[in-house]
Amino acid sequence: MGELAADAHVKYILAVEKRKDDFESVVTEHLRINGAYWGLTTVDILGKLEAVDREEIVAWVMKCQHESGGFGGNIGHDPHLLYTLSAVQILALFDRINVLDIDKVSNYIVGLQNEDGSFSGDIWGEIDTRFSYVAICCLSLLRCLDKINVEKAVSYIVSCKNLDGGFGCTPGAESHAGQIFCCVGALAITGSLHHVDKDLLGWWLCERQVKSGGLNGRPEKLPDVCYSWWVLSSLIIIDRVHWIDKEKLVRFILDCQDKENGGISDRPDDAVDVFHTYFGVAGLSLLEYSNLKAIDPAYALPVDVVNRIFLK
Amino acid sequence: MESEQRVPLSEQEEWSDVIPVTQNDGPNPVVPIAYSEEFSETMDYFRAVYLADERSPRSLKLTALAIRLNAGNYTVWQFRRLILEALNVNLNEELDFVDSISSNNPKNYQIWHHRRWLAEKLGKGSLNRELEFTRTIFQQDAKNYHAWSHRQWVLQNLGGWENELAYCQELLEEDVFNNSAWNQRYFVVTKSPLLGGLESMRESEVSYTVEAIIANPENESPWRYLRGLYKGSMQSLVNDPQVSSVCLKVLTANNYVVFALSMLLDLLSLGYEPSQELKHAIDALTLETQPPDSDIAKTVCSVLEKVDFMRVNYWKWRKSSLPAQTV
Repeated sequence: MGELAADAHVKYILAVEKRKDDFESVVTEHLRINGAYWGLTTVDILGKLEAVDREEIVAWVMKCQHESGGFGGNIGHDPHLLYTLSAVQILALFDRINVLDIDKVSNYIVGLQNEDGSFSGDIWGEIDTRFSYVAICCLSLLRCLDKINVEKAVSYIVSCKNLDGGFGCTPGAESHAGQIFCCVGALAITGSLHHVDKDLLGWWLCERQVKSGGLNGRPEKLPDVCYSWWVLSSLIIIDRVHWIDKEKLVRFILDCQDKENGGISDRPDDAVDVFHTYFGVAGLSLLEYSNLKAIDPAYALPVDVVNRIFLK
Repeated sequence: MESEQRVPLSEQEEWSDVIPVTQNDGPNPVVPIAYSEEFSETMDYFRAVYLADERSPRSLKLTALAIRLNAGNYTVWQFRRLILEALNVNLNEELDFVDSISSNNPKNYQIWHHRRWLAEKLGKGSLNRELEFTRTIFQQDAKNYHAWSHRQWVLQNLGGWENELAYCQELLEEDVFNNSAWNQRYFVVTKSPLLGGLESMRESEVSYTVEAIIANPENESPWRYLRGLYKGSMQSLVNDPQVSSVCLKVLTANNYVVFALSMLLDLLSLGYEPSQELKHAIDALTLETQPPDSDIAKTVCSVLEKVDFMRVNYWKWRKSSLPAQTV
């Protein structure tokens, strides 16, 4: 695989999954299910998903489900949309969505849509277009998107569109690549991409590429490997990815690896973590680097997993 | 709190009736270091009161300890809110607590959301405090996305618009490249109930923006802001002499021409007729190896393909989608 230290990255992720008592592991305990999604999807893209204990993980995921139907970040944690999506994505990876009571999970999500079409992250009411994406992606994977008011959900997202073609977390908020991914992904899944000015947004997105070849998330900010996902997937969804210099971006991501110990960091020579390892590898997959498994830019799951759900 | 001076909860009289609950997702830790001993014990006691749903003063104290050890644990925050409600705690004092953990965790979603929840409950009384708080955050990081989101919410829900345009000005004087400040400026100009709205402020805003562009033509934000000022009336963009004139100034100075050329391309695509001066300025930028092109817009694209080569495909596409030139 050329310069991608695939084996080292797989080893790194499997080791992180086993460590339960070091500082890093202990302080991220409450979002373990996100970490599991990042790690497992990466391992699948690298072709080694059979190395993990599928049944053990599925059993643990189900223990994270709350009586409300939503999932928490780990066993004993309160439910939240973010962790509910990760749970469903993990089950999708393992082709185990059938262990879910679909009604129970979907009703939890549906209950979080507000009058204006926006979504709250949980019962405490925080609103953010991230949650619009999470709700829409999750319900779509569960094949019951029609349970929410899709029209209102779309109009709320569109109300967050800015004059530069980008999207923020709420109406009027600054365009930010992470929020753009969420909005464009949600619009794609609901068949509403006609609301996006693809040329205008495509230009804003390709302007994220800086001299080093990496991508930033807003004008005049530093590049970060995670934007290799959010900017890139957005560009692919709106069919404008040829507007960036793909080779330079590949070089940037590869330079962010710790080839000896495994893992990828936010920028060259920084400390690695599972989050950036996932986004780096997923980004390389979108860039069709080597023979990595293809990943769907809107669902952020391998294409074969998505096909398995929708082409049944 | 020094580890040596800390008395474990298991040895404190106040907690003698509670049986701590360990995390049940894996094997027991091998040899925990001091920090992780304190952390594990605090979380074990937290789990005990959480599962018992004990909404008491000692639980409140315990959540504070847990939060100081790990401010990202959202379950702890949620339980703390339940306790605050049950005990009817003074929420201004709670804001004092949030202030105390914010400086080390400026990008923590849970802290910002808790703050929002408190501000919603306190209402207009918290207006000045919240504006002041975001101001102190911006002193450390003037682009903190959470802080901007919070500040926008405060303005729209509690008020305080009076000094906001001046504040944007202040931030831009400190760093004219701050895209968040430019975004906020647009937010104020378009949404403030105290100003006249975009159209009435357009002329003065254009002058301000042009000045910023001339000072730093490589600054992406004011160019976008300029386009934003003409939202809904692009023909006015074409007709405003300030816009074409700033393009000419930047091209002549030949310091950083990409954004100026890009703006010029937009103008040309909208039917703008370039002056002789502008044509000369563009010619001066074309390389000798480039074939001359009677279509000035095509020439501009060719220059951009060279000077902004990372985005060569974008400029090629712009060239291919130019409106047909009437010679």
